[in-house]
Amino acid sequence: MKIHEYQAKELFRRYGIPVPAGGVASTPEEARAIAERIGGKVVVKAQIHAGGRGKGGGVKLANGPGEAETAARAIIGMSLVTHQTGPGGKRVHKVLVEEASPIARELYIAIVLDRETSRLVIIASSAGGMDIEKVAAETPDRIFKTWVDPALGLMPFQARRVCFKLGLSGQAFKDGVDAVTNLYRLFEGEDATLAEINPFIVRTDGGAMAIDAKVNLDDDAGFRHPEHAALRDLTEEEPLETEAKRYGLNYIKLGGSVGCMVNGAGLAMATMDLIKLCGAEPANFLDVGGGASAEGVENAFRILMADQNVRCVLINIFGGIVRCDRVAQGVVEAVMNLGEVDVPIVVRLEGTNAAEGMRILKGSGLDFHAVVGFHEAAQKAADLAGGD
Amino acid sequence: MAVLLTEDTRAIVQGLGKEGQFHTERMLQYGTRIVGGVRPGKAGEEVLGLPSFDTVEDARDGTGANASIIFVPSRFAADAVIEAVDAELDLVVLITEGIPPLDMIRVKDRLKRSSTRMIGPNCPGIITPGVGKLGIMPTEIFEAGRCGVISRSGTLTYEVAAQLTAAGIGQSTCMGIGGDPIIGTKHRDALELFNADPDTEIIALIGEIGGNDEELAAAYIADHCDKPVVAFIAGSTAPPGKRMGHAGAIIAGGKGTAAEKKAALRAAGVTVCDSPAAIGTTTKRTLTG
Repeated sequence: MKIHEYQAKELFRRYGIPVPAGGVASTPEEARAIAERIGGKVVVKAQIHAGGRGKGGGVKLANGPGEAETAARAIIGMSLVTHQTGPGGKRVHKVLVEEASPIARELYIAIVLDRETSRLVIIASSAGGMDIEKVAAETPDRIFKTWVDPALGLMPFQARRVCFKLGLSGQAFKDGVDAVTNLYRLFEGEDATLAEINPFIVRTDGGAMAIDAKVNLDDDAGFRHPEHAALRDLTEEEPLETEAKRYGLNYIKLGGSVGCMVNGAGLAMATMDLIKLCGAEPANFLDVGGGASAEGVENAFRILMADQNVRCVLINIFGGIVRCDRVAQGVVEAVMNLGEVDVPIVVRLEGTNAAEGMRILKGSGLDFHAVVGFHEAAQKAADLAGGD
Repeated sequence: MAVLLTEDTRAIVQGLGKEGQFHTERMLQYGTRIVGGVRPGKAGEEVLGLPSFDTVEDARDGTGANASIIFVPSRFAADAVIEAVDAELDLVVLITEGIPPLDMIRVKDRLKRSSTRMIGPNCPGIITPGVGKLGIMPTEIFEAGRCGVISRSGTLTYEVAAQLTAAGIGQSTCMGIGGDPIIGTKHRDALELFNADPDTEIIALIGEIGGNDEELAAAYIADHCDKPVVAFIAGSTAPPGKRMGHAGAIIAGGKGTAAEKKAALRAAGVTVCDSPAAIGTTTKRTLTG
């Protein structure tokens, strides 16, 4: 789960990572009030779940409360387009108003899960404020990594090493060691999947602090953190994806015209790939779960049909423990309950009781294209969708 | 002798709730040697005709078990695995889905300091056709033979097994290694086992987007594998930055794409299928030359 910068900074404060004074505002007036309280120059930052906000016009410097109000008025309500939002952009509902910091140096500090070693890795770079993937690709020598032994946790010498590698000294070194140590505590304490400070800055007065904050939290660890549910911002999520989640389905909207419903994530991806090989584009990823209950199938079908781009539906179910005749029954009921379905539906059932499932579809009186064979079904669906 | 799951495997079940019992019944029906269950506080009781024990250690001592299959809910899964490792079982199959990565980091670390082999989590398990299954897969689609199957997915594994069986190619062992970012047995580890198995003649490797396990597998194949490998990578059409159902199936920072994985495997001499519908026929063609 992604959370907003202002929420991540509240976590930073709680764990003792220094951040600028500030507050979050939903209206220009609130932004003005926060700027008055801070005094002096402030930064007004759009709060959306995407990076690259500055380039898109979502971050503005203001010389006082009046300018902060004007900046907030321009930003709140705008559709902010960045390289991470897609062409439609994301609507801004809140801004973070913060004390502007005098920057001497910009650095990068992050903690992520390293899949290859199955350990947490601290990543630091003297090239802060930039796209870290670009830095890694172009100047890998400017990136330093240190892995945390799960049995030991982060050792103090590792935090010191990171800060020496970043070239910190004096107060900035002390602040840096605290920030690395506390970022690790936060990661473990909150079950994060990513914790990133970009940039971590050295101020002209010598101290260091986080002026951006990005934290992703682990949905699977929700049982340890009931309070995390309140951090979720549903306006940031695709409504159909949110609805699917409620029914235990995995749905991701894509751009094509063949809607697909498949049981199992791997088979669902493979089905999308095959549709593409057959000359069409998948409209979505939809995994109804390995089990594929009749109720799951019905909800999945409704979500699929809510996408206006869908010109054909392909249902690909590999029956295992769940029997294909039960799935077929679910499909028939879903179509009947939905009333008018004006796109062709191709169904391929394989595995346990597949033949019986096919008989149910054919005997339903509804206009299914019951196809035998994985490739044949995908080809039929692609043809019926008329290519893209 | 197949891989990991053989005639010598005697397994206990950790987590005999509704789902655990359902699948235990089917494992027994298939002829798998399930010898007991761990149900803390219910030692001495019977379930499905199997004796219950308070701890894994008791179950091991009471039955001679050398393996365990785990169905416990995600929040208890790390504890269950580490208990099995502590009892020095040879094989642990972890079916449970949705275990927090921070828990899995500790599990993986404990596994590294042991001789226990773990398969999973978030996996369908392992089947040696004709011998037994520690998993949740349907059995009719499998047939004993000489093709080893390794896959990060569940139903896609069934699809592949059905294609192989339809093409007249039986399987030595099929292993669903799981769709999470941290798993006990990776593609490379499984390849090593199949490469050393005299009953395996050819290997089908089913990967997907996310991480670099397939690239590491490719490097192993290039240097060490002397059996033909046929591969499919799911997710060529997956968008970047989105988790495709499996926790591990995500293209992050432009890394972990299907194109990269296919290229690495092809460079290692692997026959890569672009179509998931052609895995059975391609394996047959590769085998018969």
